[in-house]
Amino acid sequence: MPTSTVRLILPGMLRDLAGGVSEIEVDGGGQSQTVRELLDRAFFEHRILDGKVRDERGEIRRHVKVFVNGEDATRSGGVETVVPSGARVHIVNAVSGG
Amino acid sequence: MSGTTEYIVAIGTRKGLWIARSDDRRTWSVEGPHFLMSEVASLAIDTRVGRSTVLAGVKSWHWGPTVQTSDDGGRTFTESADRAVAFPSDTETALERIWQLTPDPNDDDVVWAGVEPHALFRSADGGRHYDLVRGLWNHPHRPRWEPGFGGGAVHTIVPEPGHPEALLVAMSAGGVYRSSDAGESWSASNPGIRAYFLPDDEYPEFGQCVHKVARGVDGELFAQNHKGVYRSGDSGQSWQSIADGLPTDFGFTILAHPRRPGVVWNVPVADDGERIPPDAHLQVQRSDDSGDNWRRQAQGLPTDSFTCVLRDAACTDGGDADEPVGLYLGTRNGDVFASVDEGESFARIVTQLPDVLVVRAAQVPRRETA
Repeated sequence: MPTSTVRLILPGMLRDLAGGVSEIEVDGGGQSQTVRELLDRAFFEHRILDGKVRDERGEIRRHVKVFVNGEDATRSGGVETVVPSGARVHIVNAVSGG
Repeated sequence: MSGTTEYIVAIGTRKGLWIARSDDRRTWSVEGPHFLMSEVASLAIDTRVGRSTVLAGVKSWHWGPTVQTSDDGGRTFTESADRAVAFPSDTETALERIWQLTPDPNDDDVVWAGVEPHALFRSADGGRHYDLVRGLWNHPHRPRWEPGFGGGAVHTIVPEPGHPEALLVAMSAGGVYRSSDAGESWSASNPGIRAYFLPDDEYPEFGQCVHKVARGVDGELFAQNHKGVYRSGDSGQSWQSIADGLPTDFGFTILAHPRRPGVVWNVPVADDGERIPPDAHLQVQRSDDSGDNWRRQAQGLPTDSFTCVLRDAACTDGGDADEPVGLYLGTRNGDVFASVDEGESFARIVTQLPDVLVVRAAQVPRRETA
């Protein structure tokens, strides 16, 4: 795998919507991209999956977390957070409730 | 009943969907859950042109709201590849919840969706994809519609058979709105409905908290308000109280008989601040004269009951033309009761479910299963 490839790691509950895979590899062409651009590319062929992670405005849903190299993007720049080339990005269902 | 059909009751709860099936409405088998841990707040069983399609408004607290569709009577469900209900980008709004799904009686391909925040959507492909009804969204009153305790939503959609241009919606809290041009334009239509909670004007043009509106077979309308029960004989242009004779004027739901004019069922709740059955006895109140007189129907319903029947957790089935209509109630403590004698007696058909948000029942073609 080229080092510029970003690995988008899916939670178990969503893997059926990506054809059963646990992660989607996205080639950023060696350039940084935003979370929004990453998800646009990753979900291009997985439209239902996109609707689970983002609302129709393109915002990350309230109880979903996106971690870029271990940092919670939803607490910083949201979908405008920069994803470096070669990053690992986790989508996680938030621990909501007591 | 013909051996080629069966009855189904779709039961939407806070934590998933269950389907009850019966040949005779007395012995039931129950399937589920579908969508475990997702809220199912709206359901429709589309039996038009021989369909047995179940539409479910599902909301995952993590993964958001969507419409799931079953074309085999609730056995398997699929989701549209693109978002079934989505606000256009120029509204800068995101869908919160689908509160109502209503097949249109005048066009076999049209399904209406009432949603939170307050908006109406229309599907022209049988419920797979819905478009925002701009006429209601752009209404100048919209910024002043307030959310009810459960949220701000169009929760009731009442088309008029034989008149595709006529539509009525209700919302909490905004009241009743009517369109006479198939949704292009809308007018508030609440004359006679009291908004007791407003300090200066208890009969405003809009702002009432109408909980549910039902249409009788002859076109008469019945409304359960947040305190107040009403009827309208002029398609909702004006409303008259029919609360006299009821044990309480508070409640969430109201039903009209699908074949017999003047027959109405109300499910009373003790009070706004006391959301339990009157006398702690779960009951329906039935009128045979459009609300002039009421009588209690409670045989088979529990006493010492401190539960509640929500807005869409009561329904009728179509029944056979020569059989009594079935009546169904779902409770917040997870019971579903059925009556096959139009409310004279009830039997519990399901118990121990999560709190029931919506029930819908219909007679559908039986499908052979492996």
